[in-house]
Amino acid sequence: MKKLICITCPRGCHLEIDEETLDVKGNACPRGKEYGINEITNPKRTITSTVKIVGAEINRLPVKTDKPIAKSLMFDVMKELDKICVSHPITRGTVIISNVLGSDVNIIACRDL
Amino acid sequence: MSKHDLVIVGGGPAGLSAAYEAYKEGIRDIVIIERDSFLGGILNQCIHNGFGLHRFKEELTGPEYASRYIDMVKTTSAIIKSDSMVLHVTDNKEVHYVNKDEGYQIIEAKAVILAMGCRERTRGAISIPGTRASGVFTAGACQKYVNMDGYLVGKRIVILGSGDIGLIMARRMTLEGCKVLAVVELMPYSNGLNRNVVQCLNDFNIPLYLSHTVTDLIGKNRVEKVIVSKVDENRKPIKGTEMEFECDTLLLSVGLIPENELSKEAGVELDRRTNGPVVYENMETSIPGIFACGNVLHVHDLVDNVSLEASKAGKSAAKYILSKKELSNDYINLVNGNEVSYTCPQKIRKDNVDDVIEVFFRVRSVMKNKRILVKSNGEVISKVMRLHLAPGEMESVKITKEQLSTCSDTIEISVEED
Ligand SMILES: Cc1cc2nc3c(=O)[nH]c(=O)nc-3n(C[C@H](O)[C@H](O)[C@H](O)COP(=O)(O)OP(=O)(O)OC[C@H]3O[C@@H](n4cnc5c(N)ncnc54)[C@H](O)[C@@H]3O)c2cc1C
Ligand code: SF4
Repeated sequence: MKKLICITCPRGCHLEIDEETLDVKGNACPRGKEYGINEITNPKRTITSTVKIVGAEINRLPVKTDKPIAKSLMFDVMKELDKICVSHPITRGTVIISNVLGSDVNIIACRDL
Repeated sequence: MSKHDLVIVGGGPAGLSAAYEAYKEGIRDIVIIERDSFLGGILNQCIHNGFGLHRFKEELTGPEYASRYIDMVKTTSAIIKSDSMVLHVTDNKEVHYVNKDEGYQIIEAKAVILAMGCRERTRGAISIPGTRASGVFTAGACQKYVNMDGYLVGKRIVILGSGDIGLIMARRMTLEGCKVLAVVELMPYSNGLNRNVVQCLNDFNIPLYLSHTVTDLIGKNRVEKVIVSKVDENRKPIKGTEMEFECDTLLLSVGLIPENELSKEAGVELDRRTNGPVVYENMETSIPGIFACGNVLHVHDLVDNVSLEASKAGKSAAKYILSKKELSNDYINLVNGNEVSYTCPQKIRKDNVDDVIEVFFRVRSVMKNKRILVKSNGEVISKVMRLHLAPGEMESVKITKEQLSTCSDTIEISVEED
């Protein structure tokens, strides 16, 4: 039995997962089951950070991965973001890096700037 | 002096949601006054995700959540005055503001919604001993520097306070290449959401010292060391338990205070427990026609709840403007029972409740398997089970109009053994 706290939503259900059968208990919704199984087999995280922007009213453009990416890649993604500089204007949802580090995940802009 | 139907003070998520709802209810003459150059409030610096799951059934970042509401408000006729600071609100609903283009202006409003948000407690507010070296920041200020201005305030960091902002900043600074040596928490539990403890600390092996506090700060010009000690049950530091952390920065995440200088000056009755206005079931303050919502009313952990509460304020303000009907003075007082630290609203006018009223409250400690009881006159009118309760997680109970009809002049909400 592995005990985890579901972090998919702010409710934070306390889950119990059987590592062999991948049976999940304690989840208040189906997404909790999915999270529990993934957390045991292939943990992923959405990364949110910023990239440099020039010509806008502020210096940093908030960005995120458009879906969760392998937890182990977090710091490598940060290094990729360090290399980026975009210029004003940017609209929300614009792809800033496509298929980052060869994954199927894109980095997208989170606001108009 | 100009005249407008509705003036909203603050263009954060609360102000935006209130404006949108008032428009939907038929109010066309709305002015939103915001001191910053952008709408969206604190969300602009909260670049992490976790917003909007309830409201939009999607996990959004702060800026994305704000953008959705900004877009919604842009479809309305609301006038937006940014870079404008409200200086006074009076009890007869005059709103005084100032900006570069118009100078000092006064609006006479039919209704006012207070949505000024909150500010952070500082070192002074919690009196940390030690030298006055530089390198001590509030976590929110640090968040703004890194996420909007692009400055890192330090490299080796200790964080005091394990509320959400402290936890979020621990991860944020770690991702940016800083070393977060410790998160120190006075209480025996974290005040942050569970998921933030998991995602922000456990993921990066950042130690969380519960029942500890900062007892000294050493450094000549810049912070060089902080001393952390264990505390006893009375939260007094225990001699001999001192630990030394060599660091250049101390971040404080030691609580938020609703920003109510304007409310106080207007004569709005404040609640000592929430530090925000006392409100009725419709978010109306003690002054008829002045409403409050969002962090100015009580500190929220979820923006979804802010939007919900603010839409109620917007709707009520619209109703007030359109109907002008005086509401009865007959109300039920909500009182804190066992383990409950505050409720919002604090007062309910029975005849102004449509079908059901949701009462928000916070508990005093971390508990498991408890029953929440709603009592009036010693009689239980409703009870619900909770598997998990924590002060950092806002709770709510629903009371139906039918249940209210059986209540006398007080309702007590309490947490009892199952
Ligand atoms: C660091 C941090 C992390 C958070 N993380 C999460 C999270 O992960 N998930 C989640 O759901 N919620 C989160 N929250 C909570 C959520 O963001 C807040 O509850 C919400 O932003 C509050 O909205 P508000 O409109 O009441 O206040 P604010 O967003 O603070 O907006 C108030 C606005 O009023 C303006 N104002 C104030 N005084 C005046 C004046 N005199 N004149 C003109 N304008 C004025 C301010 O400039 C500001 O724009 C977080 C909050 C913080 C601080
Ligand atoms: S199980 Fe569902 S409700 Fe519970 S925390 Fe996970 S996503 Fe949220």
